[in-house]
Amino acid sequence: MQFMLLFSRQGKLRLQKWYVPLSDKERKKISRDLVQTILARKPKMCSFLEWRDLKIVYKRYASLYFCCAVEDQDNELITLEIIHRYVELLDKYFGSVCELDIIFNFEKAYFILDEFLLGGEAQETSKKNVLKAIEQADLLQEVRLLTDP
Amino acid sequence: MPAVSKGDGMRGLAVFISDIRNCKSKEAEIKRINKELANIRSKFKGDKALDGYSKKKYVCKLLFIFLLGHDIDFGHMEAVNLLSSNKYTEKQIGYLFISVLVNSNSELIRLINNAIKNDLSSRNPTFMCLALHCIANVGSREMAEAFAGEIPRILVAGDTMDSVKQSAALCLLRLYKASPDLVLMGEWTSRVVHLLNDQHMGVVTAAISLITCLSSKNPDEFKTCVSLAVSRLSRIVSSASTDLQDYTYYFVPAPWLSCKLLRLLQCYPPPEDGAVKGRLVECLETILNKAQEPPKSKKVQHSNAKNAILFEAISLIIHYDSEPNLLVRACNQLGQFLQHRETNLRYLALESMCTLASSEFSHEAVKTHIETVINALKTERDVSVRQRAADLLYAMCDRSNAKQIVAEMLSYLETADYSIREEMVLKVAILAEKYAVDYSWYVDTILNLIRIAGDYVSEEVWYRVIQIVINRDDVQGYAAKTVFEALQAPACHENMVKVGGYILGEFGNLIAGDPRSSPLVQFNLLHSKFHLCSVPTRALLLSAYIKFINLFPETKATIQEVLRSDSQIRNSDVELQQRAVEYLKLSSIASTDVLATVLEEMPPFPERESSILAKLKKKKGPGAVSVELEDGKERGELNGGGDRGGDAAIAASNASTPSPSADLLGLRSAAPVSGVAPSAGSLLVDVFSEAGPAASSAGVNDDGFLSSTPPSAASEDPAPPLPESDELLNKFVCKNNGVLFENQLLQIGIKSEYRQNLGRMYLFYGNKTSVQFVSFSTTVSCPGELQSQLNVQTKTVEPLVEGGAQVQQVINIECLTDFIDAPLLNIKFRYGGALQNISLKLPVTINKFFQPTEMAAADFFQRWKQLSQPQQEAQKIFKASHGMDTEVLKAKLLGLGTALLENVDPNPENYVCAGVIQTKAQQVGCLLRLEPNAQAQPGEQMYRLTLRSSKDTVSQRVCDLLAEQF
Repeated sequence: MQFMLLFSRQGKLRLQKWYVPLSDKERKKISRDLVQTILARKPKMCSFLEWRDLKIVYKRYASLYFCCAVEDQDNELITLEIIHRYVELLDKYFGSVCELDIIFNFEKAYFILDEFLLGGEAQETSKKNVLKAIEQADLLQEVRLLTDP
Repeated sequence: MPAVSKGDGMRGLAVFISDIRNCKSKEAEIKRINKELANIRSKFKGDKALDGYSKKKYVCKLLFIFLLGHDIDFGHMEAVNLLSSNKYTEKQIGYLFISVLVNSNSELIRLINNAIKNDLSSRNPTFMCLALHCIANVGSREMAEAFAGEIPRILVAGDTMDSVKQSAALCLLRLYKASPDLVLMGEWTSRVVHLLNDQHMGVVTAAISLITCLSSKNPDEFKTCVSLAVSRLSRIVSSASTDLQDYTYYFVPAPWLSCKLLRLLQCYPPPEDGAVKGRLVECLETILNKAQEPPKSKKVQHSNAKNAILFEAISLIIHYDSEPNLLVRACNQLGQFLQHRETNLRYLALESMCTLASSEFSHEAVKTHIETVINALKTERDVSVRQRAADLLYAMCDRSNAKQIVAEMLSYLETADYSIREEMVLKVAILAEKYAVDYSWYVDTILNLIRIAGDYVSEEVWYRVIQIVINRDDVQGYAAKTVFEALQAPACHENMVKVGGYILGEFGNLIAGDPRSSPLVQFNLLHSKFHLCSVPTRALLLSAYIKFINLFPETKATIQEVLRSDSQIRNSDVELQQRAVEYLKLSSIASTDVLATVLEEMPPFPERESSILAKLKKKKGPGAVSVELEDGKERGELNGGGDRGGDAAIAASNASTPSPSADLLGLRSAAPVSGVAPSAGSLLVDVFSEAGPAASSAGVNDDGFLSSTPPSAASEDPAPPLPESDELLNKFVCKNNGVLFENQLLQIGIKSEYRQNLGRMYLFYGNKTSVQFVSFSTTVSCPGELQSQLNVQTKTVEPLVEGGAQVQQVINIECLTDFIDAPLLNIKFRYGGALQNISLKLPVTINKFFQPTEMAAADFFQRWKQLSQPQQEAQKIFKASHGMDTEVLKAKLLGLGTALLENVDPNPENYVCAGVIQTKAQQVGCLLRLEPNAQAQPGEQMYRLTLRSSKDTVSQRVCDLLAEQF
């Protein structure tokens, strides 16, 4: 996977994760182009499209679009389920996740993503294991809080 | 306010985010942000030391501001400080900030690397994972330099926690992708491969991505992974849906791992071991069987995961292309998906079937779905799905269904989405040409194409129809008649006028017998379009007019009057004015004989790869048109024209262009292109003593010919060079003689000698069969800017090569200035009726023009220091591919053409060389130093190669060439 973007129906970026080195300017241009392209598509259309030399896989969950760019030989359907598993992880962590959770706890959304995908590849697909790692980290915070003055 | 705030929420951050959200306008937002930035800046600058929590909070705010799309130019130092905090949550935010923002501030890299190093060696798995995530997220070269050695150790160590192994594997993958030269697996290879056997599914899932990437780059070193992957896959495929616990996703066992395993196997040919292969085929059959079983859940996630595996399995089946039974089953399965209610599945089925269509085993099976696919083209609501349907129709097209498919594509074009029209036009044009049995159908199709989608018909397409009409005399009359009729339409596309003007100018006489299309009627029809056309088309029409004067003397007076009119002879456009003046003069002073010679019918174009095909390839990348059956038989029946056709066509109709080699009347420059013996031709043709228009591809600069000549057509290669031609080129960097190429039919030997900036190459073409090669021809061309860098002249060879015989060809080479690319050699001949078309790179490399220079140590180092600007130096560090035998190394360095200087380098292990590259434009002095680490273990032996020269491109090129030799 080359990158993942989360954006709202109004076109506001909520999360961006880049797995290939690109300049800030390129990133902004890509996000702008893609957000525009995807928002222009109708709901019944297929979840895949060719874009430049990449394949774009996207899906809408409530007010948020999740969009991944994968390479030519990558599998579209499994990418679609990567998106879904990420949504499930967020949902489980926040408890019926909504866009606001991701806005206010953006750093958590990044941490969860890092446990699930690393370098653009699935690192751990078990929901339990990913959440366990995140919860352990949260625990670590709380323990520290208790022991610190 | 947030619905949930786990861990220690940062209240200040939440308030800030709320404020931003409440901003009514962009200006208010910017104001609020600037206020916050000022506040944070003052906190960071303040005398009072900030506690960890505040630092974390402010860094997090900065990150939020950055992610909103604003620039952040401070706070990096504070983030780096957080890395060394012993509080997890502070460290975590520090790492997040660095991961997202580090690109813009890399002078901190040393501090960051230090913090990472501490965490990696902390033996605290949570800290180690954080550090590894950061490396994987940044993936910079500096990080690879610092950690590429350490991470493999962490990955395979027995006492590493599973979660750390997972992060280490993918971290290494990211570093390998960014800096493959720094990640050396060497001794770790086998232990990494064995991670496929790991107990922990998560470890396997992460490791396999790394193994797949490494295998695709070094298949031999990793080939033991094949049997491991097959047995792992087999265990997953045969497991019940609950066996794998949390790795089962919606009743599908380990879908991600299954897909990755199938993907890994696509790096290799089918397993040779019968048992392994049997087991794999069984897996693939099971996957196909499962597709037929009723779903275990109605959830789309279930079917997506299941079908993801199915599509990956089908990709593997297509990759092997050796199991007819599986291929046909795959095709039937996809056929079912073509009518599925899920748009996604229809899209993927169309896409996957495209590749199946190119397999001989499944081509027929794919064809049975033609009606469904045509229906998809007509009814799908999503343009991306329609595009896939069009691709599939193109891929499944053959002689039996070409007329139907071309007709459907043409009718689709009338309503096609703008974004795909141009590509559709190219495809229709190619199919029409490739499967044309009768050429009147071909001409009709292309004219229809221009009528329906004229704006999208590129020059290549209309050049091509002209080439074919010129080469096939059985279709010329029909073409003239059809184009005449098409021009009757009140509004016709300019491309139609171009084709019409050209064809009537050449073959209008074939329909002039009919009073309805008498010469004057033809002329008036063409001229009625004249004022609506652009300058290049008008220029073409003027040339058609002068051809008319030759074909039909009765039109002379009318045409001369047109040429003489102020709007022509005083036209503000120089090109048009010159044509009018010269054509007028030509028609009045030249005798009928001269006129007939100058304006003779165009000679047939040499057979070449279709320029349209080349264009489609360029548009889609070579893989996308692999379905093209480019074998000789298909092409042979076509008697196709050349890709230079368009150029030559324009050139011919363009005798008056002010080229330095043309005289005022344009008599001489007209000669070669209109088929008169080349010796009578222009200077350009004299220099390159090769017959006909083909000569122009041998590096003639076309400047001066009509400006509408597309540069792409001028530099197009005759056929793509063989994939191995770069390797062949490398073989000859350090030697001048040997066998350049060999297949079952043909062997090409090479002998070459170079002096100063000149070279002579002898090519020996040996016919290895007992049957003669006919129409044997060779062309040498200099693509792109090489035209102006090398001057290459060839003598033509005899068109007949007897069985067992050898013919020789001499090539003279002059190096004008330094260059990078190699000239292309294209060989065409017929063997038993089939056209053979081979393109190779001629092993002419810049180092061939080296003159060795002997010098003493003091001189060497003095010059070395003089060439100390960074761009004068090129350096490569690379792994030794062969042993480090001193004599072999010396022989190669001498073969390079430089002088090998003994006793110069203080380290006797090193080699230094010096030479001067001779080009016509300048001499480029060049110094070389090669440092081997011969003491290292075999497999870890490396070289550092440094080149310095007065010209950066030379340093780089010689360095690149030489690095491939050791």
